[in-house]
Amino acid sequence: MTPDLECTALTRRFGDTLAVDDVSFSVPAGSFFSILGPSGCGKTTIMRMIAGFLEPTSGDIAIKGRSVLDVPPNKRPVNMVFQHLALFPMMNIEANIGYGLRRAGMSKGEIARKVDEVLDRIGLPGVGKRKVDELSGGQRQRIAIARCMVLEPDVLLLDEPLGALDLKLRERMKIELKSLQAEFDTTFVYITHDQSEALVMSDHIAVMNKGRFEQVGSGQDLYYRPETPFVASFVGESNRWRGTVERTDGDTVQLRTDTGLTMRAAAKGQAAKGASVDIFVRPEAIRLGRDAADLAQFDNLLSGTTSSLLFNGAASRIIVTSDETGGEVEVTLPQSGEFADLKRGAPVHIGWSAAQANCFSAGED
Amino acid sequence: MAASARLGFILLLMPLLLWLTLLIIIPHVDMALLSLRERVGVGEYETSIANYKTVLTEPLYMRTFMRTAVMSIMATLITLLIAFPVSYYIAKMVRGRARSVLFLLCLIPFWVSELVRTFGWMILLRETGVISQFLQWSGVVSGPVEMLYNDAAIMTGLVYTSMLFMVVPLVTTLDSLDDAVIEAGYDLGGSGWSVMREIVIPHAVPGIVSGCIVVFMLSLGNYLTPTMLGGKDSLWFTEMIYSQFIVRFNWELGAAFGFMLLFASSFIIWAMLRLTGQTLERTMG
Repeated sequence: MTPDLECTALTRRFGDTLAVDDVSFSVPAGSFFSILGPSGCGKTTIMRMIAGFLEPTSGDIAIKGRSVLDVPPNKRPVNMVFQHLALFPMMNIEANIGYGLRRAGMSKGEIARKVDEVLDRIGLPGVGKRKVDELSGGQRQRIAIARCMVLEPDVLLLDEPLGALDLKLRERMKIELKSLQAEFDTTFVYITHDQSEALVMSDHIAVMNKGRFEQVGSGQDLYYRPETPFVASFVGESNRWRGTVERTDGDTVQLRTDTGLTMRAAAKGQAAKGASVDIFVRPEAIRLGRDAADLAQFDNLLSGTTSSLLFNGAASRIIVTSDETGGEVEVTLPQSGEFADLKRGAPVHIGWSAAQANCFSAGED
Repeated sequence: MAASARLGFILLLMPLLLWLTLLIIIPHVDMALLSLRERVGVGEYETSIANYKTVLTEPLYMRTFMRTAVMSIMATLITLLIAFPVSYYIAKMVRGRARSVLFLLCLIPFWVSELVRTFGWMILLRETGVISQFLQWSGVVSGPVEMLYNDAAIMTGLVYTSMLFMVVPLVTTLDSLDDAVIEAGYDLGGSGWSVMREIVIPHAVPGIVSGCIVVFMLSLGNYLTPTMLGGKDSLWFTEMIYSQFIVRFNWELGAAFGFMLLFASSFIIWAMLRLTGQTLERTMG
């Protein structure tokens, strides 16, 4: 089956800077694909090239197997939900949604029927006569999607549409967007710098940095099996150390960090003896115990004292200072209540498995 | 505290109030009284509407009056047609430095007095002027051509004088239109023309209306351009007011003319606001 969207060796240059550097990917029909990256990484440039507002310097964009490079934006079978939605303030909701249909030359009766239908589908029946600024942020969001979906595009592009919403609403809209995508059964390409938006909604995520895709995979892949140091540090939280390999044993390496901690870690890529490496361990992958014996199953054990308590509800952490070397480790506090009475200065034991410690040869990142 | 704040407010408002009372309200009241006065003998006056009757019944006055109004409307429309693409280009197509330079270029002619600018047009358009000479030199015409002293010359002068007052409000409103909205228009299948008609122009209506009001008033009340560029057949209403006050020394009729002009501009602006569904607060605010 041909993918809905396929980009091949897509490149875009602005003067001397390479905004998008030889990016290739394909998005299967009906899936939710996200491009996740920090601001300025080139994700908006990709989006604008797919929509047709920018010409690629080289490479090809194909939609349902047909190249669209010479198709102007108003003829492409893709539509875009803009960052600030870009609803037409001079029109009411009905006219906003009907705009594309009017342009396609549909009859008035047909347009009215389609508009009503799509308003029902997004759960906002009867708002057709209202003005854009009479609706709430979340409602406007849905109108912006409906305005595109009524045209039945092959691919819907979404350019950080949740960025302008407040936190609570954003959480709700994540779930709503996902269900709207299932409801319309259309391919969504979503760009964001917010990893939680990407992780919650997407089938596939591409992590982008400096114009290139670092890794493409499911949320689980990116979180548990990062392939590059950038992905390991950008997706989720991590303890991060610079260290030196002391011994190699298959894929497992023994190493010592610059702060003096010794640990066993899983090597990703080349890690010869004496090589300088970056090690990433997630705070939530570290087990906390009162007694060293509880943690006997882990490859890495450390005893220390609690030097800080960082309370943040479900994401509360503690910082443990190693008794031997003084190195610090951030550990997520379990919410089961057994450590609720933990005080500053209390002695603790922590442990984590080598498989949970990802080690990459040191780059400039 | 509240008392001193109020005192400050009154003091700040004072220049405006003085301006309005001394220069606008008092002269207008006096003009209104003057226009309702009829001279019946030497030094003898009666209250009557005879002056207005004269304006309405004398064909020369009425024709000049209507001509001035119609030509001002035309000048406004032509200015709009020329200024809109210019403003769109400045507000939406160019970025950064080039933009301020272009804007400044629109402003530069206004550093020179209107008299000099109008004289510039005379140098270009007169029989021995630049354009006439060029046409003769290039062999398009055999003899000198006179392009001054007609309605077209007046129109050119009016449009030229008013351009900036149309460009500024248009650039301001077009600037406030988010680029993404225009892009969304294209993205959803609009062509250049339909995006212009359904998105850009509706958004720019307040700017269009406020620019039109200013340009229309400037044209209607313009004295210099029609006098210098117009011929003896192209009489402007302001010239008639001038001749009544200064040449004929008939202040009563001159005052009535003045009020006719005020009524005309008020009516046309009211009609324009009604037609476009705008309010004065929205367009001027």
